[in-house]
Amino acid sequence: MHISNGMRWVLRVGTGVTLAFIYLPLVVIAMYAFNESRSQAWPIDGVTLEWFDRAVNNPGVRDALWTSVKAGLGATAVALLLGTLAALAVARYRFFGRETISFLVILPIALPGIVTGMALNATFSQVLNVDLTLFTVIVGHATFCIVVVYNNAIARLRRTGTSLEEASMDLGANGWKTFRYVTFPALRSALVAGALLAFALSFDEIIVTTFTIGGEQTLPIWIFTNYARPNQLPVVNVVGLCVILLSIIPVYIANRLSQDPVGAPGAAPAAGAAGARG
Amino acid sequence: MDASAASHRKPAGRGLAGFLYRRRRLRLSLLLAGPVGWLVIAYLGSLAVLFIAAFWQLDDFSGEIVQDPGFQNFKELIETPVYRSIVGRTVLIAALVTLTDAILAFPIAFYMAKVASPRARGLLVVAVLMPLWASYLVKVYTWRIMLQNDGVVNWLLDPLGIDGPGFGNVATWLVFSYLWLPFMVLPIYAGLERIPNSMLDASGDLGGHPWITFRRVVFPLALPAVVAGSIFTFSLTLGDYIAPTLVSSTQFIGNVVYSNVGVANNLPLAAAFATVPVLIMLVYLLIARRMGAFEEL
Amino acid sequence: MNAHRFRWWTALAVLTLALAALTAAGCGDDDDDDGGGGGGGDESQALQKLGKGEGEVNLVAWAGYVEDGSTDPNADWVTGFEKETGCQVNVKIGNTSDEMVTLMRTGKYDGVSASGDATLRLVAGGDVDPVNTDLIPNYKDVFPALKDQPHNTVDGVPYGVPHGRGANLLMYNKDVVKEAPDSWDVVWGGAESEPYAGKVTAYDNPIYIADAALFLRETNPDLGIENVYELDDKQFDAVVDLLRQQREVIGEYWSDYTKEISAFTSGDSVVGTTWQVITNLVQADKKAPPVEAILPREGSTGWSDTWMISSEAEHPNCMYMWMNHIVSPEANAAVAEWYGEAPANQKSCEMTDNEDHCEIYHADDEEYFDQVEYWTTPTKDCGDDRGDACKDYSEWVKAWTEIKG
Repeated sequence: MHISNGMRWVLRVGTGVTLAFIYLPLVVIAMYAFNESRSQAWPIDGVTLEWFDRAVNNPGVRDALWTSVKAGLGATAVALLLGTLAALAVARYRFFGRETISFLVILPIALPGIVTGMALNATFSQVLNVDLTLFTVIVGHATFCIVVVYNNAIARLRRTGTSLEEASMDLGANGWKTFRYVTFPALRSALVAGALLAFALSFDEIIVTTFTIGGEQTLPIWIFTNYARPNQLPVVNVVGLCVILLSIIPVYIANRLSQDPVGAPGAAPAAGAAGARG
Repeated sequence: MDASAASHRKPAGRGLAGFLYRRRRLRLSLLLAGPVGWLVIAYLGSLAVLFIAAFWQLDDFSGEIVQDPGFQNFKELIETPVYRSIVGRTVLIAALVTLTDAILAFPIAFYMAKVASPRARGLLVVAVLMPLWASYLVKVYTWRIMLQNDGVVNWLLDPLGIDGPGFGNVATWLVFSYLWLPFMVLPIYAGLERIPNSMLDASGDLGGHPWITFRRVVFPLALPAVVAGSIFTFSLTLGDYIAPTLVSSTQFIGNVVYSNVGVANNLPLAAAFATVPVLIMLVYLLIARRMGAFEEL
Repeated sequence: MNAHRFRWWTALAVLTLALAALTAAGCGDDDDDDGGGGGGGDESQALQKLGKGEGEVNLVAWAGYVEDGSTDPNADWVTGFEKETGCQVNVKIGNTSDEMVTLMRTGKYDGVSASGDATLRLVAGGDVDPVNTDLIPNYKDVFPALKDQPHNTVDGVPYGVPHGRGANLLMYNKDVVKEAPDSWDVVWGGAESEPYAGKVTAYDNPIYIADAALFLRETNPDLGIENVYELDDKQFDAVVDLLRQQREVIGEYWSDYTKEISAFTSGDSVVGTTWQVITNLVQADKKAPPVEAILPREGSTGWSDTWMISSEAEHPNCMYMWMNHIVSPEANAAVAEWYGEAPANQKSCEMTDNEDHCEIYHADDEEYFDQVEYWTTPTKDCGDDRGDACKDYSEWVKAWTEIKG
């Protein structure tokens, strides 16, 4: 495709500006993580690894990290199950209310988190009289993670089409065998990508978590509490930096697995919902 | 393989699989039972509980919820000017943020979709996705530090003689635009990717220079993707309360809802106020669906 | 197809409505149970006997009240307590009295350091139990003026252990506010505020309305304001006008104390209301501008805090042990000095590092504290011959939202 050189340069500059905008605060976080003084003034003083040391030895961080992982795994598992089921139904069957399913699935993520959080909190504590625990957090997270898996799965199902499945059944395999040997392998990488992104979503979620958590802390809640403590800011910056760096791996994997250019249906809300789902 | 032996064997699953195969409706119901059940009962049911609470009242001294149904909360919301201005402010900033992100996202999305080499494309995708994994809270706090009186922004703008925005509405617009930008880049990128290069070439061949091609060919084709991305930028801005608390002193819808449910413990009023963003988003989603955005998600 | 369509939607609608009806019915019962029988002595009983510690205690407290050395290694009166009693202390910081009341209502905490504008609400809501002061040996050393006060005693039954008291102060950046102010007028938006427009700060909570009333009490005696928490229509409107005037010069409001610390440190705020602990922390930061906190001539609002025990406390023994510990001479002296307030225990005055601490904070000076208007919950009953004409707290909350805009 022909694009003039001038146009190319315009695009390159635009890309550069946008990337600079995106990465400026991240660079700032990194610098503050190494900042010698506790103060948040700019420019920073010296460089030190003291805060890294503190972060590693801080039991609060470790507990919060573990709780976040547990919540993420639970939510991802539920979302995988429900998202795949819904995607199979919508992609392979015609029935009334098909479009509504897409609408319904996207609602939890499209409506503000505070509404979801308040609603779940009111239901749990006042109607069901259930204690707020990790279980309630998983319920909350799973609800908006479904769409992530759903979109990825449905995109893949639409792309692979039914001909292979039909061929499989023509050759004598029953429904279950077809799923196991034909549909699932094709779906697998999309599901992994969806699962990774659902995990990311759950990992960084704060608002719904605030309303559905009991005495424990997930990592975002730990960060929030510690921002309110005057001398913990540097440690929090370190934690933030580590999360960014560690996330390169799953993002890269998710990208490769989607096979579709990541943007294709599925990855966008997946990625979008991840992280900044405040 | 002995054909006769094979035909006599009945694998355990066959019976059930066959049974299900004949019953399409049952299969479908089993598939849908889980997800739809979850979403309707757990999610919609919770929302119903919340919105019923919007019709109740609060006895302020003891803080007990009095189940005295009425429209008082809604009346209060409509009649008090400050609530109207808060909704107005939130919607305005949400719209500005959406517009800003669309403008910022387009060049990079186009570059990734049409110009970049496959390798560069992969790297760019990772580069855009990575910041999403940075903790939302850390990003907002970093912006607060950056926008402070003695922060990076002022330090950068000083030599140019300009004052930084400080805290306030401009700061929230800036921070929100920053936070939700990747949400806009990815769908637009996906949407642009789907536009065949031949169409763009054809437009050029027919005498259209780049701007015309953009206006008449690229933009209309990419619009559903832009709308898809805007669902997130709009909805996330509408309900957020953490960012406004940290970088501004003005109130947004999220702040009022949160302060009523958390601080004043006035769940009925909070629930009533929460219906506003929900209604706005429902309308937005319906329009977006009409425009084909759901296919681009 | 149309009939089909109709069936699906009706099914969905009926399901959701049925659910809603069910929950409404469910809600009815639940709320009655949870509501409790209001405050009072019949249902809620004070602990009769102190047993063994349960291993942990969950507190809701003001920032700076429960320090375990993580903010500053020298501020630690928790670790010793944990070692001695085996009760692990978990603290949730409440930024405002409203937050504390909400947290206590969840029933998940054992106790709270409540200010006067929270105590009676907690008692009325049945969220706290009376305190058996016989089980708290250090109680006898508390200043008599703090015991049996209207904000911590109901019908002669004590509901808490006094923690300490203090006044809200005016903090200013000495580099910017060159002349030391002696009046609140620098924050109220008039001519005196002009030089600092955009850098004034105020406490983000409806109770701050009382500060405006306090200022008008001095500057506008025609309004006849006496009790700053009991304002009738005319007084309230004047007060709200003053707050709107202030809004024009406000840079940001603070409810989270670290927010004010960072605002003064970075220079985003240069003058405004504060707690002594915030001033202490800003002064401790070498990169921060020099600040000073004073009590202006109009007086100030303040607080007299009480440790209360939850009616749903899971660790009552540990809570009693904590209450006894925090009001013991050493611990109370430590927290009073760290925070910057007058201690509750008379013996603490001998134990403070700074000998003059009690004098500076007027620990024994009842005349001084007569000028400090402790936070208390506004009610309709004006308490004087105006009758029920005053604004209650819900109206303060509404007004506050409108003022902030």
